[in-house]
Amino acid sequence: MSGNPTDGGDPIHEPVVRIDSAVKEHRDGRSIIRALNAVSLDVPAGEMVAVTGKSGSGKSTLLNVVGGLEPLTAGSISVLGEPLVALNRTELSRLRRRTIGFVFQNLNLVPSLTAEENVALPLEFDGAKPVEASRAAKVALDKIRIGELATRFPSELSGGEKQRVAIARAIVGERKVILADEPTAALDDLTSRIVMNLLAELSDDGLTVLVATHDSEFAAYADRVVRLKDGSIEHVSSRPVTPSSPAELLT
Amino acid sequence: MHILGIVIKNALLALLGNEQKYGYQLKNDFEAATGTAWVLNIGQVYTTLQRLERDGAIVALGQDDDGRSLYELSATGREILSEWLSSAVIRSVSTRDEVTMKVLVASATGVIDPATPISIQRQTAMRVLQEATLARNVAESLADQLHLERLIVLTNAEIRWLDIAEDRLAEAAKARLSDNSSTQEVVDNNNTSITNLGSNS
Ligand SMILES: Nc1ncnc2c1ncn2[C@@H]1O[C@H](COP(=O)(O)OP(=O)(O)OP(=O)(O)O)[C@@H](O)[C@H]1O
Ligand SMILES: [Mg+2]
Repeated sequence: MSGNPTDGGDPIHEPVVRIDSAVKEHRDGRSIIRALNAVSLDVPAGEMVAVTGKSGSGKSTLLNVVGGLEPLTAGSISVLGEPLVALNRTELSRLRRRTIGFVFQNLNLVPSLTAEENVALPLEFDGAKPVEASRAAKVALDKIRIGELATRFPSELSGGEKQRVAIARAIVGERKVILADEPTAALDDLTSRIVMNLLAELSDDGLTVLVATHDSEFAAYADRVVRLKDGSIEHVSSRPVTPSSPAELLT
Repeated sequence: MHILGIVIKNALLALLGNEQKYGYQLKNDFEAATGTAWVLNIGQVYTTLQRLERDGAIVALGQDDDGRSLYELSATGREILSEWLSSAVIRSVSTRDEVTMKVLVASATGVIDPATPISIQRQTAMRVLQEATLARNVAESLADQLHLERLIVLTNAEIRWLDIAEDRLAEAAKARLSDNSSTQEVVDNNNTSITNLGSNS
């Protein structure tokens, strides 16, 4: 495979996520809805990108096609140099278990499992030994600083705590990419900040983060904000690498 | 009195609330309390102190060897301060806002699709929001954090306004289109008046 970083591609400059002229159409009865219209975007390792735009602009669709949950109509998407279109179903689901972590608004935690068991689940599905999965789950929970919640069941957690368990589950093991769709939609402002700060920290640690949100205040935690309009990129705004001093921003 | 003068005056009274201080101390304390963004010049501090002394709000307790005065808050000063702190500031929103004007002018004249200035403004505001968020996360003083929180909230509000304006203008344009197809005559009149406006200006 030409784009594979292990056989020739430059692993440093190779973007972790490469979206090239992505088109996604949904068939709705007789009409066709173009949810993504020639979207191109490269996301290098360790970058956090927020995808914003109005309802129906294509945010969730973009995350879904990057995560291989839905195939593209045209164009291409590569993750870690692997074009998704070249992967069969087994390879795709392996990618989703090992490389890409998802955080959804409806958290999909299994109610009968503890926080730790929920976090360990993707590794167990992937054939890891329960001891190893449980150890990795503890590491992930600690990283999100909720180690003390390990033995709680979802019904015993607040919304914000559940969202953090879901993030721990998304990063468990050796995940490289986090796709988060409206992770703050059900949370209050303060908890939303905690969640966005966590995602920003994870990207500082080298994970590549794509987060869809309609809320500009939370999008602003990202290095780059991509605004979608009717399935196309309307504009992109990047923040400076070094923080400005308060005096530069305030008058 | 100018709004800044009112703030400085009352802030100095507040800073004298618990202890006697010299002018240069008040300058430093003011800056520590209100953040790095607002640097007072010492001349301004002394002028304000003289005025406050004249009005009986503070009392000069004599001078040190360098001729600097030590000040103390008087009962009158305490009253002035407490009235300032306990009264609300009534805000008004100016209709002479440049962004609002751009959008309205674009929409009324059709010289450009108002979505264009809206989009450009939103992109810039988004960048400011990113910058302010990053700066807030590393800001050292609580005062600076709170100034930046305010910038964040206001910039976020601007983006929300741009979104709302875009939607409202799109709705209005759609309504105009459907009006056009039903009442042809009215539309022609409208068009004429717009053309006239354009040629008059
Ligand atoms: N499975 C589907 N079948 C048909 N149309 C779909 C499907 N999924 C999405 N769409 C359409 O694609 C467009 C983009 O939807 P998408 O869910 O990506 O938007 P979004 O930006 O995530 O919106 P929201 O902010 O409401 O979550 C919409 O017009 C939507 O109706
Ligand atoms: Mg969505």
